[in-house]
Amino acid sequence: MSDHSQEHPIDTVRTYALILATLLGLTILTTAVAYVDLGPFSTVIALAIACTKMTLVALFFMHVRHSTKLTKLVIVGGLLWLLILLFMTMTDFATRTWLGVPGR
Amino acid sequence: MADHAHTETLALRMQFDTEEQQKDCSTLGMWVFLITEVMFFGGMFAAYTIYRQLYPHVFAVASTSLNGPIGAFNTCVLLLSSFTMVMAVRSGQLGKRKAIIVWLILTLIFGGAFLGVKAYEWNEKYVEHHIPGASFHFDEKGSDGKLLIPESEQGHAQIFFSLYFAMTGLHAMHMVVGVGMLLWLIWAAKAGTYSAKYFTPIDIGGLYWHFVDVIWIFLFPLLYLIDRHLPK
Repeated sequence: MSDHSQEHPIDTVRTYALILATLLGLTILTTAVAYVDLGPFSTVIALAIACTKMTLVALFFMHVRHSTKLTKLVIVGGLLWLLILLFMTMTDFATRTWLGVPGR
Repeated sequence: MADHAHTETLALRMQFDTEEQQKDCSTLGMWVFLITEVMFFGGMFAAYTIYRQLYPHVFAVASTSLNGPIGAFNTCVLLLSSFTMVMAVRSGQLGKRKAIIVWLILTLIFGGAFLGVKAYEWNEKYVEHHIPGASFHFDEKGSDGKLLIPESEQGHAQIFFSLYFAMTGLHAMHMVVGVGMLLWLIWAAKAGTYSAKYFTPIDIGGLYWHFVDVIWIFLFPLLYLIDRHLPK
């Protein structure tokens, strides 16, 4: 880790203000869209908007886009573990009733 | 081997070769901590997912009893506090000592406002008997005069509110820790600890503050906005 070339750049106020405006806009959007009947897609849209907001906060407010490759790798790895937690749990709970297994 | 004979400063401790290396190390360390926090909250999100797919209707009805507009307003307050926090970090990068203090105090005010609104909402739930326990009862009725959640499913509604209080409670606890952290940062900033060369605690504190914001970004739609379109 002796890479001195990239000094941490300083973002402009304009960039941060734009990100804030986008985040506030997405908050209003996700609230408004919840009152529209989209069937099962309501949850999909809500989560898609939340993930977009998370990505914006991480990349800009948390400076991930200026971070080292190692830090980026750790973050992506961590999110992967979260997906394993959620996905593996749901493979169990979502499929339990498919077969008449005793104990259910 | 690098030359370790440099004079030790806050920005360059003995064990590091360069200031850049020390800074990257702090950032990485904080992210590793935040990943453990992701897994901490992740367990609760997993529990939420399981129970919501088991009782989708009860979750939708119980969710509509939460105060949507106030929840949206509070989300905006928290996003504003994230903006003021990142502005404090930027002031650190530029070495503007007075601006650091101003932005940190603004962050503190927005954070405090969020907690105040949260307390108001919890009190609403208390008055409505929506706190899980012996006196719990979800007695909102539909247009036909029947209970929206029948007696046999009141227990499932308790699960929703248990998750609501556990998740928003754990989040609020993190906010309280964040408020303490801000007070400490403001105190150190007033003492003149930070400069363009050294503002790592503000930077790292910012990561924590934004992380708590991200958790709320997910809590808001998952708890407040389930099938709001359903006829009451």
